[in-house]
Amino acid sequence: MSTQRGTYKVIVKIENKPLIKDPEGEVILRDLLMKNNYNQVSNIRTAKLLEFEVKANNSENAKKIIKEICDELRIYNPLVSNCIIELEEES
Amino acid sequence: MIRIAIIRFPGTNCDRDTLHVIKNILKINTELVWHTDNNIDKYDVAILPGGFSYGDNLRAGIIAAHSPALKIIKDMANKGKPILGICNGFQILVESGLLPGSLLYNSSLKFVCKWINVKVNNCKTSFTSDCKKSSILRMPIAHAEGRYFIDNKGLKELKRNNQIVFTYVNEQGIKNERSNPNGSLENIAGISNIEGNVVGLMPHPERSSEKILSPYNNDDGIKIIQSVVNNLKG
Repeated sequence: MSTQRGTYKVIVKIENKPLIKDPEGEVILRDLLMKNNYNQVSNIRTAKLLEFEVKANNSENAKKIIKEICDELRIYNPLVSNCIIELEEES
Repeated sequence: MIRIAIIRFPGTNCDRDTLHVIKNILKINTELVWHTDNNIDKYDVAILPGGFSYGDNLRAGIIAAHSPALKIIKDMANKGKPILGICNGFQILVESGLLPGSLLYNSSLKFVCKWINVKVNNCKTSFTSDCKKSSILRMPIAHAEGRYFIDNKGLKELKRNNQIVFTYVNEQGIKNERSNPNGSLENIAGISNIEGNVVGLMPHPERSSEKILSPYNNDDGIKIIQSVVNNLKG
């Protein structure tokens, strides 16, 4: 883990909870994959991805800041969506 | 006798308007053809009308672009048959690779529905030969994903081959930011392939082909279909 203050790239993935129907994923699966004979895939879920560049003391702190922003500003709807926060690995 | 096919996908919704214009106004033999029809190539012209094929899921036009109908339409295009894509049809042509570039979400992030002006930059394509060069056509647009984009190399190619058929302009014919309804690169509203037999545009000629339907009492859109009809009649 980095302890240096700097700019971190934090990835936020917002996806519907598993019980919530995802019509777009279903259309991609049914009308694009299955119609073109890609039968290996059994399920597709769509999601929304946001990339944050954030200044923080360390990577854990960066994730914490973004988690707070996502919760406080309702960037995702907690009733229907899960919000997964990850740090982009430095290449 | 000329025969024109209007291809329908689940979610197409401008098919009957297009049929009305070609059949009842231009008196040309035209049929609505479901996208699974294997006989599309028996027609002289294929038109991909507007709408929301497959609900615009994933990206507008992408799922229809993979349908077997597009394989047949590609063959028709290679044989030199005229192919027109209007709005969602343009999106399908771009996604299928028949036309270069991409149609991104409007820069306003909104569905834009209004009357605009386009300048005809190339009147040698199959669908603009009845237009005068630099003439202005007033037609409506109605789309959310119409922001044309292509990389620098692609843009140079388009210019070199005179493929930028329509650009958004104001009433005076001036191309500027205010006359650009969706943020399209260089105000591009419609393009063609190099040969000029495949044309795609975001505005709706079928909604501007009768004076009674226009708040401006114009029927500019009719020239698009009229061009291909007169071409084929010779």
